[in-house]
Amino acid sequence: MHRRLFPVLSGLSLCFFLVAPVLIVGAPYESTMGLVQKIFYFHFPAWMAMFLAIFILGISSGVYLFRRKPAADRLAVAAAELAVVFGLMGLITGPLWGIKAWGVWWQWDARLTMAVVLELILVAYLLLRQYGGAGSDRLAAGLGLFAMANVPFLYISTEIWRTVHPRTSVVPTLPVDFGVPLWWSLVGFIVLCLALLSLRCRLEEQRAMLDQLYLAVEEE
Amino acid sequence: MNRFLQVAWLVVWKDLRVEARSKEMLFTTLFFAISIVLVFSFGFVRAGQAVEGAAAGILWIAMAFSGTLALGRAFERERYHDALRGLLLAPVDRPAIYLGKLVGLLLLLSLVETVVAVLVAFLFGVPFFRHGWWLFLMLSLGTVGFASVGTLFSAMLVRTRSRTVLLPVLLYPVTIPVLIMGVSGTTALVQAEPDLAMARLWISLLFFFDTVFLTLALWTFEPVMTE
Amino acid sequence: MCEKRRFSVVGLGLVVLLLISGDILGAAQPTEAAQDGFVPMGEIPPEDQLPAAPLLVAAYAIVWALAIGYLWTIWRRLAEVEKELADVARRVEERESVPENG
Repeated sequence: MHRRLFPVLSGLSLCFFLVAPVLIVGAPYESTMGLVQKIFYFHFPAWMAMFLAIFILGISSGVYLFRRKPAADRLAVAAAELAVVFGLMGLITGPLWGIKAWGVWWQWDARLTMAVVLELILVAYLLLRQYGGAGSDRLAAGLGLFAMANVPFLYISTEIWRTVHPRTSVVPTLPVDFGVPLWWSLVGFIVLCLALLSLRCRLEEQRAMLDQLYLAVEEE
Repeated sequence: MNRFLQVAWLVVWKDLRVEARSKEMLFTTLFFAISIVLVFSFGFVRAGQAVEGAAAGILWIAMAFSGTLALGRAFERERYHDALRGLLLAPVDRPAIYLGKLVGLLLLLSLVETVVAVLVAFLFGVPFFRHGWWLFLMLSLGTVGFASVGTLFSAMLVRTRSRTVLLPVLLYPVTIPVLIMGVSGTTALVQAEPDLAMARLWISLLFFFDTVFLTLALWTFEPVMTE
Repeated sequence: MCEKRRFSVVGLGLVVLLLISGDILGAAQPTEAAQDGFVPMGEIPPEDQLPAAPLLVAAYAIVWALAIGYLWTIWRRLAEVEKELADVARRVEERESVPENG
């Protein structure tokens, strides 16, 4: 199933990504931020793709923990890696916007703090998978569940702490000219996320198959 | 329910008795916490004056660091002679074992934190005890949040090869909200004009964090610990 | 002698210049004092601002590079695993075929 899923999804996301710059160039300039505001058309979708990946990680970790389905575990690893990649995209494009709009690369703002902490949790998850040794899959599933449960707390605590980041509530109220390229590239990012997820899952499946084969060889 | 609490109490009692004989964890954790406060005092005191606003952070960092030290040792005794397997094979609710371990750790950490709070108040001249009960509530809730996640992770990592490295690596990112809430709440209490409304907000957030993560830990302890 | 006079003239000129510039600087100081705090971005004249286009291009390039780079790492790992898989499968087949022949 994954064999056919990946070419379809990746082709679709490539279409989205090739058309996106045209739409973004055609979009009007924002009045106070000007040209640099157009980073937003890739920045926001990258974060949304990361949240999608974290959500998939949490759900599949829970399923693995309570139902013991190996497929869920493979999905969790893939989702965690993707979340790190999309988080990195957001973390790099953000400061490129910030140096122009705020005059500094980094601020200890609510959203930025939260983004860094989430990235840290996900990297910790990957470290556990890498160096945990035998039996770390179940520990990782526990951590995945905790990572997802942590998102609202991190969100609230950093939000109260302090903020200068533009509010997410601006997104649904955007005028059509701004909105069309944004939604377009959001869909593009989500399709890309799913495409990479399917390919990454196939890697895990092949690894599992390899392990089984080795076990079979040893038993003989 | 009654039996659940009984089992939890038995685990606490066992740990307390072992600890009372050696006092190893209490003394090492306490010493470590005090040395952290001293290290921060050397780092943050300029020309005889403490840097303003550093005390709340030092208190909570000392809690987190010494808590990690204690958590790392929490299941150490069970590692020998397969004691953990024996504990897990006992015909009792597994979450009760978790709860017992957590309560034992909380008792230890509360002792350590009392000493640390007095020491920080003394060394940095902060009015921690102006709203003593509020600070007590905040520290207890924060410790419960930190230790509830930490006890689960520590239990998960017992059988792992690189557990001493992985515990802090996994624990700190997940418990950063506790540190943000605790430090902000404590700062609201000890600043020149205490902001009690703000402190109350942080305390309620800490309470929600504790509820969610304690429930999650009790819920996941069983499947995580099953071999 | 002539040299000396020229030096003194230049020196005098320098002193006058310093005094004038000191006056100007002194007068200008309150508006651009950077010691007490950062000047908000809005007050900086347009020619001092960073050009936005390179930042924008860099942001898009990084997004593309990360996506393609990650895709490449998956492909490489997949190729590695598939090669090993084929290898092991061949070995299993060989082993199974040996007893039948012999």
